[in-house]
Amino acid sequence: MSEKKYFDPEDLKKFGSITEWQKSMGDKFFAWYGEVMKEGALTEREKALIALAVAHTVQCPYCIDAYTSDSLAKGADEEQMMEAVHVAAAIRAGSSLVFSTQMMNHAKNMTM
Amino acid sequence: MGIHQRTKSLASRQNELADTFFQLKVLNGSARSDKRFPAFSEMVKKTIEQQEGLKPSRIEIFQVNVGKLCNQSCAHCHVDAGPDRKEENMSRETFELCLDILSRYDIPTVDITGGAPEMNPNFRWFVEECRKLGKHILNRCNLTIIMSNPKYRDLPHFFAQNNIEVISSLPHYSAIRTDSQRGEGVFNDSIEAIRLLNEVGYGKEDSDLKLNLVYNPTGTFLPGNQSALEADFKKQLARKYDVVFNDLYAITNMPISRFLDYLLESGQYESYMQSLVDAFNPGAVAGLMCRNTISVSFDGYLYDCDFNQMLDLKINGGKTHLKDFDLSELESRTIVLNQHCYGCTAGAGSSCGGQVAN
Repeated sequence: MSEKKYFDPEDLKKFGSITEWQKSMGDKFFAWYGEVMKEGALTEREKALIALAVAHTVQCPYCIDAYTSDSLAKGADEEQMMEAVHVAAAIRAGSSLVFSTQMMNHAKNMTM
Repeated sequence: MGIHQRTKSLASRQNELADTFFQLKVLNGSARSDKRFPAFSEMVKKTIEQQEGLKPSRIEIFQVNVGKLCNQSCAHCHVDAGPDRKEENMSRETFELCLDILSRYDIPTVDITGGAPEMNPNFRWFVEECRKLGKHILNRCNLTIIMSNPKYRDLPHFFAQNNIEVISSLPHYSAIRTDSQRGEGVFNDSIEAIRLLNEVGYGKEDSDLKLNLVYNPTGTFLPGNQSALEADFKKQLARKYDVVFNDLYAITNMPISRFLDYLLESGQYESYMQSLVDAFNPGAVAGLMCRNTISVSFDGYLYDCDFNQMLDLKINGGKTHLKDFDLSELESRTIVLNQHCYGCTAGAGSSCGGQVAN
């Protein structure tokens, strides 16, 4: 019996099959996805780095693999990729810390 | 200053891939991997223009591989070049055969490659003779050779004097990416060499002296969009190092020689070949470099391209040596294809002059 596991890297190759049970919506998603990742006001490398940062934020192993490969292919290096992840991490940290203002407000109201 | 060799040649390691026939066995699924991919020659025949097999257009480029001697041993080198390859270098006699052909035929461009071509003792003389014949000269310079020894420090002036178009590998604008492929210290020496080339006018907008850089992926991925990469390279090299160049050529790594060794050793051979096969672009076939180039080896044999040369796949027909050079026969030959050719048709295609299709 094969080992059961979540997040099998082989499943990434099946991403296209999500259209099977809802073709119209799936096709629209892929068309939109393709359009989004094309060079526009941002380069493909910049978009790949944004995707890589977001992948870390949503903690999607498939996306991390996919956009590590894509960032390298689009010409990014390790330094750029790690900086992108730091940006994601900094916003995550900041988004927790900024809520401390609510804590502070509330605590100040409750205390002498 | 100075570089640390990234690896040793397959030949000196007595690696079985040093045998070109063994490489062809791997590529055709009968050694080290039993995976067989669709025959490239059949894929080409499915294209509209090349149903009878791949045919050349007019031969415009006479590419001379002057030898395997090099001051670097890059991890991906398709030539298996290095400091230890002292035997396989073009003799004066063979250079003279080249010059005889170049004087007799209207082939406008001479493309000099190696190894590090400048290490061949006949290099400067050959360049000057080609200039006398009015040829346009391309020299594939690895940059670090200029910094490697004081005797090479005047190369930028020599290149300029002879109006040589310089084509140089720089796989990335970051040291870590470049050095991981070419050897520690290569990036810094390459930047210094570009600076010296810029000082004599290379790569500058108001100059006729062309310095083109070659990007190739430093891993098992295919190159991204050439013009986007060029824009990034220009911006980053100017910003960080204040150096300039003209065009960037994006080249795909061929699954042969040391890159094939890397693919096999890292367990990525089959997935890399599959990515090349999946990216087969029929639109790249018409622009393949083997259609307008003839490749000459250090010992005077003729090949359809430098990659076929490194697999010892000589041209079709009986006249396979410079001594029997027959231009009209060459222009009617059928080009020799094998599975590595998928590297030249993947995505936007790949050639010694970068991508071949949009």
